[in-house]
This record gives sequence, C-alpha cells and structure tokens, in this order.
Amino acid sequence: MSNKQHYKLTVNGKQEEFLAEPRELLIYTLRERLNITGPHIGCETSHCGACTVTIDGKSVKACTMFVAQADGKDITTIEGIGNPDALHPLQTAFKEHHGLQCGYCTPGMITRATKLLEENPTPTEEDIRFGMAGNICRCTGYQNIVKSIQAAAAEMNAAKEAAE
Amino acid sequence: MIPAAFEYYRPKDMDGVLSILAEHGDDARVMAGGHSLIPMMKLRMADVPHLIDLQDVAGLSGIEVDGGQIRIGAMVTQHDIIDHADLTAAAPILREAALQIADPQVRYMGTVGGNVANGDPGNDMPGLMQCLDAQFTVVGTDGERTIAARDFYEAAYMTAREDEEVLTSVTFAAPKGGYAYEKQKRKIGDYATAAAAVQIVRDGDICTEASIAMTNLSDTPIYSEAAGAALIGTMVDAAALTAAVNAMLGDIDPTEDNRGPIAFKKHVAGVILRRAIERAWSRA
Repeated sequence: MSNKQHYKLTVNGKQEEFLAEPRELLIYTLRERLNITGPHIGCETSHCGACTVTIDGKSVKACTMFVAQADGKDITTIEGIGNPDALHPLQTAFKEHHGLQCGYCTPGMITRATKLLEENPTPTEEDIRFGMAGNICRCTGYQNIVKSIQAAAAEMNAAKEAAE
Repeated sequence: MIPAAFEYYRPKDMDGVLSILAEHGDDARVMAGGHSLIPMMKLRMADVPHLIDLQDVAGLSGIEVDGGQIRIGAMVTQHDIIDHADLTAAAPILREAALQIADPQVRYMGTVGGNVANGDPGNDMPGLMQCLDAQFTVVGTDGERTIAARDFYEAAYMTAREDEEVLTSVTFAAPKGGYAYEKQKRKIGDYATAAAAVQIVRDGDICTEASIAMTNLSDTPIYSEAAGAALIGTMVDAAALTAAVNAMLGDIDPTEDNRGPIAFKKHVAGVILRRAIERAWSRA
C-alpha cells in the first residue's frame, strides 16, 4: 500500500516540498529525503536522543514523529545551528572542551543544548545534566559535555552583555 | 523501527475525530504526543490502520485554575505542566511528578491525556490522578461522560474508556496540605520500580486527611484507601508509618520483571511510600 501525500516543511530556513507516506519517520525524511544527515539514529525505543531536532521551539526526537505530524512545521537541525565557517558558540565549546569523541551523539546534544540555554541561560551543573538527560553518549562520560555547555553559556551571556 | 502503513487524519474539531472513529471502529486510533503509540507502532506491537492526530483539535490544550478547581486539557504536555506557575501553586505535586517522567524531549511532546489514557501501569500520572481523586472526561457520539480516575483502570491497557470515546480533559479539586511524588527508578526515563503519590492534611500535630496511590506495582495504578486511613487521626509517627506501609502492601500485586523480583518490589514500595509520607508530612 502506498498512500503518498504532499508535505511542506521549513528546514533550516528553507522550504521543502515533497510526496511521502505519512508513516515516514521525520528522521528518515531529514536524512534520506532531504540529505540532512547530521541528526542520527541510535535506537528504536526513543531513548538516545541522537535524532534530536528543534521543531517550532521544542526539542523533539525526530525518530518519534511521523512526517505527517510535522507537516507545516519549522525545523532546525545541527546544520542550521552553525557550519564550519560560522560555528555556534556551543559548537566551538564542544570542540575546545572535548565534548565529543565519535561525534555520533553530538548533533543531537548540541541541538538540545541550544534549547536548554534558551530556556535557562545560566544553568547549574545539575540543571545541565538534568536538561540533557534525553541524550545518551557512549564516549565522553558526559563530564566534558557539561563543561562545554557551561563554557558556551558563559560565552553567550558575555556576548549578550557586551551587546547591551 | 519501521511502522506499518496507515491512513493519517488531522481533524480540526472533535466531531471530525468522532466521525473517523465511528467509521473505522477498532481500526482507528487517536494519537496525542505519540511517545507511547509511535514506539509501539515501530515495534509493530500496535496495528493502527487509521491514525487520528489530535494536535489541531481545538479546545484540548488549556490549563484552567479557577476557584479551587483545576481542569487540564488532554493535549497539555508534561512540559506545559512543569512551566505553569498557577498550576504549580495550586497543585505542586503535578510538577514534582512531571519532572520525574521521561526526559526533556519526551516531555515537550507527551501529554497528560495520553499518559492517563494509555493504560500502561508504568505511567506515572494515573496513580497521581487517583491520589488527587481526579475525574476524566471522555466524549463519544452519545456525548460526554466523566469517569473517576479511581474507577478508570481495569487491567494493563484496559480502561473504562470505550474504543470510540476520546479522553478530553482531567479535572480535580486543588489538593490541600502537603504532597510528595516519590519514584524509584533505574535511570532517567525509566518507568518506576515503585512510586508513591501522597497528599496529606495536618491539623496541629494530627493528620486529618491522607490520600495515597502507588505506581507500577500491579497491572493498574493502586489507590490504597487503607494506607491513607492508617494515617488519619495519628501524629504520623513511626507506628503510623508502619501501619500505612503494611496497609499499602496488602493492596499492591507486583510482578517480576527486569526491575526485580516481587519481594524486592514490595520492599522498595515500602521504602518509597515511607519517604513520600515523610516528605508530604514535612510540607503539610
């Protein structure tokens, strides 16, 4: 049975229109249809958070949303947060504080962290660990991810103060 | 990981939902946040030929706190609960419990209605709603009816809601006194090994009201009237705590799984209830 429907998404500021089956999980739409391969798949039980993207201001695991649900929505992935020529402060901080090793959780981690810092610009270590609890990492032991987010928060807050 | 194909609907009102349910019967199912249903569909444990997404249905997403009465629309998310200052002031146990459910991403999507309607004994909100003596409103083609949370759960995934009915809201009186939601779990995002919801009212040194419900210790949540009764009229001293724990142990019926054998679960249930009562009493 194929029942393709017409869908429209905004991904990293760009309008995307295509035909897809409603059952297509958003993570596959991004990766296989739109070639946005930063968000990853680490599990099939909605635990790992490697597929985390931002949808209409919420951190969402893109493996647990059908493309049909996402129709009409505004999505940001790691590719829309920064790029090698213009890194986001979180990306710089993950690099400088060794917040990644294999890099597989990193796009989801950083995407989630952008939202965490938006909601709480001055998180404690406990706030960070709790606020990142939907993202699993097998390499780092989390310690340097916490440091990276703390460093990025300090950097972003200083930049904001300087601008005011 | 790959769900089976389905027809997808995103109606704008409840009449639209009900007509699809009426047309397709057992083959149709509503979806709220999707964070229990989609994982089951990905494992092909749920077969849903007609999927009705409630996200655009008007009137399901409000939180009202008015004159001691609280109404929470079925599509209110756990994130909304945590974020709502008036609700937290009126019923702080909700925020305390919601922060122990799942993880940030799941809480942005997962809803109160989905949590209570799902029927999985692992869910935390059902026991909490029994503790609060909440009423669930369901709507069907014959109109609305309300079902007490304490009467709603029949067995695992079996509830008093009929297949063609949709749960639209949860209402309860703002609770009085001290509160606690205490949960033992293996890690973030896990369902409880044991959890307890406690509301307790204190007059001087004496407990005058107590409501206790337990999570994931039977095939349904367990409202333990006897455990609450064991505290009323006491100073919530050691003897009263032991009596409440013993009464609760008479009401639960845990099964062995990865979280441990039955004896361990009973032990944990006792520890958790004791802690919950002590914390609720200290806040009363």
